[in-house]
Amino acid sequence: MSNLLRPALVLLVALTAVTGLAYPLAVTGLAGIIFPAEAAGSLIQRDGRVVGSALIGQSFTDAGNFHGRPSATTAPDPADAAKTVPAPYNAANSMGSNLGPTSVALAERLRGDVERLKAENPGQPVPVDLVTTSGSGLDPDISPEAALFQVPRVARARNLPEDTVRGLVTAQVQGRTLGLLGEPRVNVLALNLALDDLSRR
Amino acid sequence: MTFNGWIQIALFCAVVLALVKPLGLYMTRVFTGERTLLSPLLAPIERGLYRAAGIDARHEQTWLGYGLAMLVFHGLGFLLLYAVLRLQDGLPLNPMGQAAVAPDLAFNTAASFVTNTNWQNYGGESTLSYLSQMLGLTHQNFLSAATGMAVAVALIRGFSRASARTVGSFWVDLTRCTLYVLLPLCAGLALFYVAQGIPQTLSPSVEATTLEGTKQTIALGPVASQVAIKMLGTNGGGFFNANAAHPFENPTALANFVQIVSIFALGAAFTNVFGRMVGDERQGWAILAAMGVLFLAGVAVTYGSEAAGSSVLNGLGLSGGNMEGKEIRFGIPASALFAVVTTAASCGAVNAMHDSFTALGGLIPMLNMQLGEIIVGGVGAGLYGMLVFVVVAIFVAGLMVGRTPEYLGKKIEAREVKMAMLAILCLPLMMLGGTALATVLPAGLAGPANAGPHGFSEILYAFTSAAANNGSALGGLTGNTLFYNSLLAIGMLVGRFFVIVPALAIAGSLAAKKTLPASAGTLPTHGGLFVGLLVGVILIVGGLTFFPSLALGPIVEHFAGAAGQTFPAGG
Repeated sequence: MSNLLRPALVLLVALTAVTGLAYPLAVTGLAGIIFPAEAAGSLIQRDGRVVGSALIGQSFTDAGNFHGRPSATTAPDPADAAKTVPAPYNAANSMGSNLGPTSVALAERLRGDVERLKAENPGQPVPVDLVTTSGSGLDPDISPEAALFQVPRVARARNLPEDTVRGLVTAQVQGRTLGLLGEPRVNVLALNLALDDLSRR
Repeated sequence: MTFNGWIQIALFCAVVLALVKPLGLYMTRVFTGERTLLSPLLAPIERGLYRAAGIDARHEQTWLGYGLAMLVFHGLGFLLLYAVLRLQDGLPLNPMGQAAVAPDLAFNTAASFVTNTNWQNYGGESTLSYLSQMLGLTHQNFLSAATGMAVAVALIRGFSRASARTVGSFWVDLTRCTLYVLLPLCAGLALFYVAQGIPQTLSPSVEATTLEGTKQTIALGPVASQVAIKMLGTNGGGFFNANAAHPFENPTALANFVQIVSIFALGAAFTNVFGRMVGDERQGWAILAAMGVLFLAGVAVTYGSEAAGSSVLNGLGLSGGNMEGKEIRFGIPASALFAVVTTAASCGAVNAMHDSFTALGGLIPMLNMQLGEIIVGGVGAGLYGMLVFVVVAIFVAGLMVGRTPEYLGKKIEAREVKMAMLAILCLPLMMLGGTALATVLPAGLAGPANAGPHGFSEILYAFTSAAANNGSALGGLTGNTLFYNSLLAIGMLVGRFFVIVPALAIAGSLAAKKTLPASAGTLPTHGGLFVGLLVGVILIVGGLTFFPSLALGPIVEHFAGAAGQTFPAGG
């Protein structure tokens, strides 16, 4: 047994130092030099302050902004730390709804959201991603259909012609990677920033 | 299902297959001690490590010595990880001021990372300091993966050697695997991931002011370095709570593709290592073919079911499949593919929430784990798990024709079959035994978030994932309780070491045997007949063992859902 202890201890300590310290710290150093913006979280600044990350969705509720997908993230209840309260797009506590396909809670949430969206844009089919929560609760994207669905509301709230807003959405659509991987999508934060630029002009 | 979806799946299979031979050749050279491309750089480090540890690299161990060395090493690793977690509040690199991890959660997490399970009862960004993530989790990601490969190599030596006493040196296999295989690949992958947008920083969280004027705290950290090994080593423990669904762990469709390829890359290539070391590459391809048949069947069911959506969604006129718990940048096909890959291998990372999958879409991940994660499987672990099934399949074939079964010139006798059955039976014991306990005890019934059959699935999935060392979960289950932390940790330890030790025992007894020349009566083990037999044995053993429990969970839920039934929460 004792002839096993020395190799075990030495290898554990040495390999821990290599894989647990040297490797992550070396990658941190290199990444900071080669890809400084990405390594720091792809943060977006406007007028000198951080308005978010290009990769992390944020909560939009104003009628004049495009909305992201519903988010199931929570935060500790300020009144009772043992409980949690809904806190959409809490980027310090990622999670999904974890509601199963036969859950009453899911069925009722979906029904309510579908009715609300139908009232907002009658006659159009409701895109499925606008009523389903993402896995992380931080999905930065919506489908092109979900963005186009919101065009009438946004145009009305911003007093812009619908065609202008629709043109903006179309310009923001990112296709599949290499024409093959993933799904076409629109980054909601980028779209709303572009919309702000347009309104400001 | 779409044409594009199947093209993505076909491309994935093609890339994995293309990597089998080059990676297999490289790893064979590493494990047989030959010089490699990286030797000029790494050989001095390797020699320095052996000198400091007092290891004679030429001294080999018997299967028992090999197993003991592995157990002692893991015992110490367990203590180190437990200590880091318990003491993280007083240690450096804790910019967010995380408190010490509670004893039961630290026990669970230590067991989970030492066994390559990486079950997440911890919340990542909300519980762990950067030091715990790096020194605690990242290093166990490497070492548990290296151990899986070391054990697989020892078992391969059992088949390839004749009249030998030893199966290799655990210390040498562990060191060479870490230095020559895992570290260089991870360094390259980590930098690629940063380029794709995964953060790698020691700075604390960022406070942003959103466009609508609210505050958003964005958690950051040294993420890319951990994601690289978490996938390549089939560990799967996330830096963040939402794992690879989190945009910072998996920012683009391309990063996602590389991640799923890297889950399968080493495991698939290990079949080639096996073929090369036993002197007939066709033997490795036959095993990979059996894996491939089971894999493609699983992908078809899960992708089809998720694309078809659920009766609740379809009833509301929502088309486009089941997007609850999935991310837009991946969509249905890449989410379904990820779920099947991560459970076929013992990875357990998720890029979509399995709890929100359709009943049948979620059945396949569970079945993949119940079969013992032998479809490619965990790095190394998949191959030794599959070889255990090969022993049983050969035994069954021998019974059918009434002659002593043999595989690769080795007689398969009572001792090997007994050990194989021990390894196979410990999994259902922990999976079904744990589930049975949890469904009768109040502490267990307090766990599920969903009611009805889906609640049962949440419990079954948890014990299945723990014993199979997968680590993915139906996340609705509240697992961070004394009951689940303890019971799941026991499941993980048994599921890991009660498979490894019998596998090493088989290695020892095979190595000692003579190699017989093939005769006219030998069953060829590189053709379609053998592949079919192997797949059949796996399905019969797995199906007979687990069908009743699956019937109570996902199968009932599928029919109830199709009939329009829903279940209120907390029932």
